[in-house]
Amino acid sequence: MSNLVFKSASDLVELLQKGEVSSVQLTQAFLDRIEKLNPAINAFLHVSAEGALATAAEVDRRRAAGENLPELAGLPIAVKDNLTTVDAPTTAGSKILEGWVPQYDATVVSLLRAQLMPILGKTNMDEFAMGSSTENSAFGPTGNPWALDRIPGGSGGGSAAAVGAFLAPLAIGSDTGGSIRYPASMTGTVGVKPTYGAVSRYGLIALGSSLDQIGPVSRTVLDGALLQDVIAGHDKHDSTSLPATLGSMTEAAKNGDLKGVRVGVIKQLQGEGFQAGVQARFDEAIDLLTAAGAQIVEVDCPSFEHAIAAYYLILPAEASSNLAKFDSVRFGLRVTPDGNPTIERVMAATREAGFGPEVKRRIIMGTFALSSGSYDAYYGSAQKIRTLIQRDFAKAFELADVLVSPTAPTTAFKIGEKNEDPLAMYLNDIATIPANLAGIPGISLPIGTADEDGLPVGIQFLAPAMQDARLYQVGAALESILVNKWGKDMAHFAQAGTMAAPASEAN
Amino acid sequence: MSEITPDLVRHLAGLARIDVTDAEVSRFTEQLSLIVDSMASIKAAVQGDVPATSHPIPMSNVFREDVVEPSLSQQEALSGAPDSADGRFRVHAILDEE
Repeated sequence: MSNLVFKSASDLVELLQKGEVSSVQLTQAFLDRIEKLNPAINAFLHVSAEGALATAAEVDRRRAAGENLPELAGLPIAVKDNLTTVDAPTTAGSKILEGWVPQYDATVVSLLRAQLMPILGKTNMDEFAMGSSTENSAFGPTGNPWALDRIPGGSGGGSAAAVGAFLAPLAIGSDTGGSIRYPASMTGTVGVKPTYGAVSRYGLIALGSSLDQIGPVSRTVLDGALLQDVIAGHDKHDSTSLPATLGSMTEAAKNGDLKGVRVGVIKQLQGEGFQAGVQARFDEAIDLLTAAGAQIVEVDCPSFEHAIAAYYLILPAEASSNLAKFDSVRFGLRVTPDGNPTIERVMAATREAGFGPEVKRRIIMGTFALSSGSYDAYYGSAQKIRTLIQRDFAKAFELADVLVSPTAPTTAFKIGEKNEDPLAMYLNDIATIPANLAGIPGISLPIGTADEDGLPVGIQFLAPAMQDARLYQVGAALESILVNKWGKDMAHFAQAGTMAAPASEAN
Repeated sequence: MSEITPDLVRHLAGLARIDVTDAEVSRFTEQLSLIVDSMASIKAAVQGDVPATSHPIPMSNVFREDVVEPSLSQQEALSGAPDSADGRFRVHAILDEE
């Protein structure tokens, strides 16, 4: 069954449960494909073949013995490299952590292990999740499965490319300003940022603690729901973890429905600044929603104009504080200057050698935002903008059940195209950032390709806090209309594109 | 005229304990000037009395029962350290000799 890797996670779960495929067989199929394609794509920084196969063998043994196994037992998964794993190096894409093997598992990793899901490996990312292209990884960029010379989005480009190139059926991502949703949009895959606090952040190497959220990366909405149901829930190790559970996302995805749903089109997130082919697919999607019975309204969110500025003050401020822990004392790199240096000199030399340019830029920016002369004017204002954005959302959700926008202003750009222009790079996140500032959930799913370049376009739905189920319900309904039209999930078309490698799977 | 100067970048990098080369200082000065200038509008964007939001989902005083739970052993805690001795993290001198 060489085409196993092309099946959806939900189909594979069914095959596993019926015993029609073994977990070892399935895991080996993904490992083979990773071995063949990862050198070109660079989606994985580390492959855990031995550990994955051991878990798979355990599942097969216990299933054969007639044991009742967890829902996703035996289904392989990839994990972003900013989640700690006791049996694999965890670098967060940084030289400063090269070779570090953590002493504990992230809660999400423990939950995957409890499900008996073989962990295929750790995926590439922008250093400490700072970036939207994965070009800031200290271990080289990741290629987009649709065109290897283009960015897969970031920061979780590795997870999105792994899933988009069928190197894994599912992956874990983290989203601070769009790092799950933006790569999903760039690679024709599905990504969900759950409500802040819905998934434990314990063991996630923190970037912006008031913004970070772990979530699922998949090729279908239902697959994402299966994964969110496994990783969500209260965790006493994370003080920001929500006390309440949010219900079954799988049920919501299986009951996709648009009839009577009020969909608010965000006035500020379309038109000017959005690529023609992106806008065209978005407008068509709105027509499909209307035809399926949704009620379209326009909503006004005037404070979104300042969202990027607010985000790029708050995020660096939080990051500069979070990254202070990389000080050459407890883990990671230590660089000792000549002579008889003090610890401060060792720290400064280590951080100079260990951090890449974007990380240094943001730490310096954050230090500026928090310094006494600029705190009120910049950081203080940014926190007030955050309140205004929350108020915009609250008003919009009085008129609509979900809000909608393109996920990103453009399709995937060429590797190297924007890397020297941080401001241009920051604009990629214009549509995704407001959700993080407000803590609300969002999903990106593919809605076709842009006429001018044939590259994937994503649509983003946003829901009020705790209402993640609406995203799966509405997302699954739109997806089903589109897939009926296309004949298969969008990711399958990547093979027909410029990427030679996946097509060779046919031999 | 931007408030970001090479001296300020050097000072901020020093506060953040990052050695920076002259080339980095000049590149970061240029880039951070552009970034900070683009944010200037934010200062005037907030009219009237708006409270600050530091956390998206309001929560306060999250406690757990004060009971001893398993944690890392001393050996595990030290296992990732670049240098350790006698069960402790070993570092360079904290104070200058002068």
